[in-house]
Amino acid sequence: MAGLEVKSVTKVFGAVRTADSLSLVVEPGEIVAVFGPSGGGKTVLLRMIAGMFEPDEGDILVGGRSIVGALPERRGIGMAFQNFALFPHMTARDNIASGLRAKGRADATSRVQAISRLLKIEHVLGHMPRELSNGQKQRTALARALIGNPDVLLLDDPLRNVDAKLRYEMRLELPSLLRRGTAAVLYVTQDYREAMAIADRIAVLVGGRLEQIASPEEIYLSPASVAVARLFGDPTINLAEMMPFTEHGTLFAVISGARVPLGMADALPADRPYWLGVRPEDLGISFSAGEDAMPARVLAITPMHEKAVLLLRFEDGKEWLAALRPDALNVAAGDAVFVRFAQEAVQLFDRETGLRISLSHRRQAA
Amino acid sequence: MEHESLAGRIFRGVALTLILVFFMFPIAWILLMSFQTNEQILRIPPRLLFEPTLANYEALISGQLHTAAGNLEITFMHNLWNSLVLSSGAVALALLLGVPAAYAFARFKFRLGETIAFTLLSFRFAPPLLVLLPLSLYYQELGLNDTYFGIIWVYQLIALPLILWIVRGYFEDISPDIEHAYRLAGHSWREAFTRIAVPLAGPGIAAAGLLSFIFCWNNFVFALILASADKQPVTVGALAFVTASGIQYGQIAAAIVLSVTPTLLLALYAQRYLVEGLSLGAVKG
Repeated sequence: MAGLEVKSVTKVFGAVRTADSLSLVVEPGEIVAVFGPSGGGKTVLLRMIAGMFEPDEGDILVGGRSIVGALPERRGIGMAFQNFALFPHMTARDNIASGLRAKGRADATSRVQAISRLLKIEHVLGHMPRELSNGQKQRTALARALIGNPDVLLLDDPLRNVDAKLRYEMRLELPSLLRRGTAAVLYVTQDYREAMAIADRIAVLVGGRLEQIASPEEIYLSPASVAVARLFGDPTINLAEMMPFTEHGTLFAVISGARVPLGMADALPADRPYWLGVRPEDLGISFSAGEDAMPARVLAITPMHEKAVLLLRFEDGKEWLAALRPDALNVAAGDAVFVRFAQEAVQLFDRETGLRISLSHRRQAA
Repeated sequence: MEHESLAGRIFRGVALTLILVFFMFPIAWILLMSFQTNEQILRIPPRLLFEPTLANYEALISGQLHTAAGNLEITFMHNLWNSLVLSSGAVALALLLGVPAAYAFARFKFRLGETIAFTLLSFRFAPPLLVLLPLSLYYQELGLNDTYFGIIWVYQLIALPLILWIVRGYFEDISPDIEHAYRLAGHSWREAFTRIAVPLAGPGIAAAGLLSFIFCWNNFVFALILASADKQPVTVGALAFVTASGIQYGQIAAAIVLSVTPTLLLALYAQRYLVEGLSLGAVKG
């Protein structure tokens, strides 16, 4: 039986559809990241599940039982808030134990010990929240959410307010920590890397609508729409508007002066506008011209972590980004170069709807 | 902190002293007067050195005033008791009504909410005399004239808006997520109110309570019109010292000292709590 089931939930605030017919299933023990730009409705979805708002339409089920209209304290939900929301007048120990005491658990003390050992906050249990570092606050809030073994665990961007080092640590620790129990975990984040590191599946929420729910790999390799493709990847995907045409049974597109083959003629209807997307790391840079290469000038080179990002300008004025390994780099700013990409790296989206045009069909045809 | 120049420090010291003297002098003078007889007070020029007497306090506490025109009964101690009953009663009632109302105004948006809140505040704008005449007529009809409850009720015009607006601000400063977290931990909204919202707004509630206590204590005109001698607080009772044989400055001074002392002690006690509370509010958890 599904841990958490959200069924065509809609919520309207004024004229804004903050949640537009959202449907989502989270199995027990599964972590689903809800990812999207701010204002996309992530927090509202979480708050409807937690019972701070009621949905206008649709149903929310926990363990097969509807919780719409139930009081928050009866929903069997644990939640960690972005701003921690610790009780400032209680010690860390009392914060963590607050849920157990409400249920009259006799083993409260030993369970607080166990969970705080797991989260490495045993030594600060006697401290008040204001005496804790942000990292300790965040662990205390997590302990408070985890301790009751809730059926559903909601994490509202819990790593937002902690420093970079701790965020990396927690990204490594969290998945195993969250999978200890059988909770269905919904993890809200604005960071696509965090979503990909922690979640089994990612639900992409844009403008109150679920654009795609899929595994991290699938979302990255075959995003359901231009909007999703733009959200995943740093630097973001390069896009070009194009109108393919057929020549000798093969489909071509002209992009910034290059003739790019797209596959067999029957792969997709020609003479319609499409978005062509190529990830920056799939671009190749060389000094050899060719019919399939886009002539460009390197405007700037930015070193970024393990790669260098090149800003390229084509002859038609369009600008793309390329990400290269620094050691493979033998160009300098101002160089005239030629840009190529493999046919397999191309992602196509309908110009009108923004929806993905399946590539598998094309590969089969080719 | 940067070191300030010697001149700056001297200037600040002098300025502080001047301000202190300006504000403290009347209080100090009253304190001195309360230990002098009427003759000593009215002596020209006044002297700082005198033989202190406790006669004023004795007269107040015993309730017997000996004047040239004969013995006079004074009910000062009873007035003091009335002040205490009326002010604490009014504050207790206002807290009972105002704190939940402030919470409602802070947390829930409802129709006419702002209007109601502002109407309650507007009671503070209206001059008391404006409402006193109709009120005294109502009170006669209702039989509330000259009752403790009647005056406590009318004191709500003073205490309730203060408590409502101050405490509302404190409730609004508490992140609703803290209460949400408490509810998700398995507590009812009533528990979230009493164990999270009220303790966290504690300093604000204390400040509002203290302030409205002082305002009630200092009120003169409501009690003057709506209460007879039996129920009058010190502010009205002090009128008794304007006697046929003259104004009893010494007793008035002693009465002022006695009537200021409770609020002063209360403020000093609460100050500790207020500072602690304010530092708690500064660090959001």
